[in-house]
Amino acid sequence: MNEDANEADQITGANILINSLVAEDVKFLFGYPGGAVLHIYDALFQQNKVQHILVRHEQGATHAADGYARATGKPGVALVTSGPGATNAITGIATAYMDSIPMIVITGQVSSALIGNDAFQEVDSIGISRPCVKHNFLVKDVNELATTIKKAFYIATTGRPGPVIIDIPKDITAHKAVFEYPETIQMRSYKPVLNGHMGQIRRAAELILSAKRPVIYTGGGVIMANASKELIEFTRLLGFPITQTLMGLGSYPANDPLFIGMLGMHGAYETNTAMHQADVLIAIGARFDDRVTGDLEQFCPNTKIIHIDIDPASISKTVTVDIPIVGTVDRVLTALINIIKETDKKPDANALAAWWQQIKTWKQEKKSLAYNRNSDRIKPQFVIEKLSELTKGEIFVTSDVGQHQMFVAQFYQFLQPRRWINSGGLGTMGFGLPAAMGVQLAYPDDTVVCVTGEASIQMCIQELSTCKQFDLPIKIINLNNGYMGMVRQWQEMFYENRCSHSYVDSLPDFMRLAESYGHVGMKVEKPSDVEAALKEALAIKDKLVFMDIIIDPTENVYPMVAAGKSHNEMVLRPEGELA
Amino acid sequence: MRHTISLLLENESGALSRVAGLFSARGYNIESLTVAATEDPTVSRMTLVTRGSDHIIEQITKQLNKLVDVIKLIDLTEGVHIERELMLVKINVPTSNQREEVKRLVDIFRGKIIDVNHNYTVELTGTSKKLNAFIKALENMKILEVVRSGILGIGRGDINLHL
Repeated sequence: MNEDANEADQITGANILINSLVAEDVKFLFGYPGGAVLHIYDALFQQNKVQHILVRHEQGATHAADGYARATGKPGVALVTSGPGATNAITGIATAYMDSIPMIVITGQVSSALIGNDAFQEVDSIGISRPCVKHNFLVKDVNELATTIKKAFYIATTGRPGPVIIDIPKDITAHKAVFEYPETIQMRSYKPVLNGHMGQIRRAAELILSAKRPVIYTGGGVIMANASKELIEFTRLLGFPITQTLMGLGSYPANDPLFIGMLGMHGAYETNTAMHQADVLIAIGARFDDRVTGDLEQFCPNTKIIHIDIDPASISKTVTVDIPIVGTVDRVLTALINIIKETDKKPDANALAAWWQQIKTWKQEKKSLAYNRNSDRIKPQFVIEKLSELTKGEIFVTSDVGQHQMFVAQFYQFLQPRRWINSGGLGTMGFGLPAAMGVQLAYPDDTVVCVTGEASIQMCIQELSTCKQFDLPIKIINLNNGYMGMVRQWQEMFYENRCSHSYVDSLPDFMRLAESYGHVGMKVEKPSDVEAALKEALAIKDKLVFMDIIIDPTENVYPMVAAGKSHNEMVLRPEGELA
Repeated sequence: MRHTISLLLENESGALSRVAGLFSARGYNIESLTVAATEDPTVSRMTLVTRGSDHIIEQITKQLNKLVDVIKLIDLTEGVHIERELMLVKINVPTSNQREEVKRLVDIFRGKIIDVNHNYTVELTGTSKKLNAFIKALENMKILEVVRSGILGIGRGDINLHL
């Protein structure tokens, strides 16, 4: 090849980046321009294959990419500039990291020659992000750009997924190279295990079939592995009770009789009690988080535990397990199902019937999710119940963090995976609205509801402007109690009701605020208006509707396992509250 | 319990900080850490000495393995292995008695005097215990500087860590 021909084949780093994103089938790029990414933005301007969604704050870009990834299973992609662009993105990156969400974040960096000089808008993005990414790359040569992007997508989407950052100095986006996108990639240092160990799987099957008081406990890993089908088959084959974590909801239909609700800090009484008394626990794609286990010393005290997970480091991290199985959830479940089907041994039907009877008795005795249905204030649980009834699990629900999030988890019946989009691990307020944007872009014809509170929504409320620009008809249900409800609840319970700075004073008029962005605003104040208002809002298909629902400011989330307490020390709703 | 863990990792900028960052973020101890490129310049070998219960050590090895830059890992403590550390000690030796004494000790410990003026600099390799014993033997001397390399480890016989 002569040099001139070679020259003609070369394109800029910015164009290599965009061509690579196209090769990865990236439809949306959530971003915000700035100095270090101007070459990239110029290249974006001259193409129409990747749609750029201009957010109003880089946190919004990462949450939107994250929401897109959670709903579709495909990696979300964000583009931010150096310095403050990168630091603003960190919250969203950490959010995705904690929930194992595949995400690519491209951060601009100052030019190679300036790195280390404290240049304008310079920050060590690699250093700052290291603790909250699966991996990160600083691109030092335009010839390595395409391969680096390929590696980033490979790492983000395989094994236990997670966010990967590609930090690209400005000069690299101007340098030229021939574009060649590798079709596959091999990395000697990164080879996720896919198939579970058959010996372990056989041991697990044996233990499962000998169980008298079994519980299946599943987490977000089932959703990440798209293993809903296998989970449903496995559970129905055995007839065992199944509980799910906050992140696992939807991968098993909540209206199925085998589903016994969410477990953990705000799990139902019968669910946590069943955990405490189980003889065999089958943990699938769950990580024994402290909000799930409570006091580790007393967690499942007489239980043999099987743990299926893609991440060896998740196994026996907090709770020591008896039979660890490393592999993808779908493959391990398929292997388990085959063994159980082939063997002559069946679960102990009598023991299982007695166990089910026990769980039902606990449920009926305690009615731990009951709330006062005769209040003249709107109860948040009522709003979510109505939403669930009206939409029948056919919508996407995003949430922010706090009481409203728990009410959705307790009262919305999710019937399919990837419909419940919330920040579980990091607990990021401000997540709900931008995440809903990512979901709505992926599924333009579906209803996307963001359940939030007046405190959370204000953390990323600027994205109402993005929603207008891109015609995203999200339905926002703002459960407005004037407090950071969960903070206030803890202050009531553990700090003698000293509500230190948890009252949100000087709130805007949300209805008019939404209208000023060009959206539809609604305000609901009476329980009798809730259903009609929800119907009206859900019927508006082409506009964002902001429902400001004024709820009972004193309502708390029950039942509760206080932090550090065990599953058999649940705090139930005081009886006087059930009038 | 004390564990000596050897790792092969990609010789890329940032790989060391990923390992160090993991230890600080998760509150694990590092007693010593050495790293340098191997005969293959794309691969670095690190020897890391840490302390913790079996549970903690299991987590440390799992978390290290999880780092994308880590190619392979072995906990040398699980098998027979050799550990060596290099130490340079600069000792003030103004009198001939002191010079004789240092020479005698260096012979006993099979070290070398590698720089001579009004101070002696001694080079010594061995296990950490041996190096500690040498320093203890110098109790009555004026030690000006001690430089230790941190521990290097290698498995005995067929216990190999290679690509």
